[in-house]
Amino acid sequence: MSTTFDTVADIISETCDIPREDITPDSHVIDDLGIDSLDFLDVAFAIDKAFGIKMPFEQWTQQVNEGKVPAEQYFVLKNLCERIDEQVAAKSA
Amino acid sequence: MHLEYFQLIDKVDAVEPAAGVIRAVASVPEESTIFEGHFPGHPLMPGVLLIEAMAQTSGYLLLAMYRFDRMPFLAGVREAKLRAFVEPGQSLDIEARLEHDGSGYAMTKAKIRRAGGAVCDAALTFRLAPFPTDDMRTAMTEHAARLGLGHELLT
Repeated sequence: MSTTFDTVADIISETCDIPREDITPDSHVIDDLGIDSLDFLDVAFAIDKAFGIKMPFEQWTQQVNEGKVPAEQYFVLKNLCERIDEQVAAKSA
Repeated sequence: MHLEYFQLIDKVDAVEPAAGVIRAVASVPEESTIFEGHFPGHPLMPGVLLIEAMAQTSGYLLLAMYRFDRMPFLAGVREAKLRAFVEPGQSLDIEARLEHDGSGYAMTKAKIRRAGGAVCDAALTFRLAPFPTDDMRTAMTEHAARLGLGHELLT
């Protein structure tokens, strides 16, 4: 069974045409992988569909822009995967 | 259609926000300066304007779903297929369906038919953002009312 990271990394690789081996749990979506906000919409769409959730991307972006949360909290992949797992758990609770 | 104002749909026939579907109609004008260039002696409705018609129809679906609290801005066009020529004077039926209601974005699938035959279809991505100005929101609401969106969907 694929881990959350495997699924997300596969999505990013396929959606953004980034070699799968370049994507690691410590990759920063923007700084390391160069994914822009428009590409991230496609990634978010694929993640939402794959996990059956509505990733609160708008709320996360607002928190980062307001300086309440460091961007790494959401945009480093291992952290993003934790957030996704939290969303999945909240949905099935 | 009022091409000079970039208003690509004439009337919303039905909108069901809960089901995520909208149907609209549009009549291509008999005359427009656009047809003088596209193409001389062989006027055709530009494909990009057909895509815009699908985007505007999708946009009014999203506006109704969000009760005009968010403005949808076209951000992406995928898998657009222009299957048939559209000529001046023809009537078009436009349908858009919500594919995904994301956080700050939405995806729709839209299609245009003419007399039952497929004209074009596309998958569209929208960013959903607060209205930049109150004037814009007012103008969009007023135009939606003119298109036939029920008052219960406007606020």
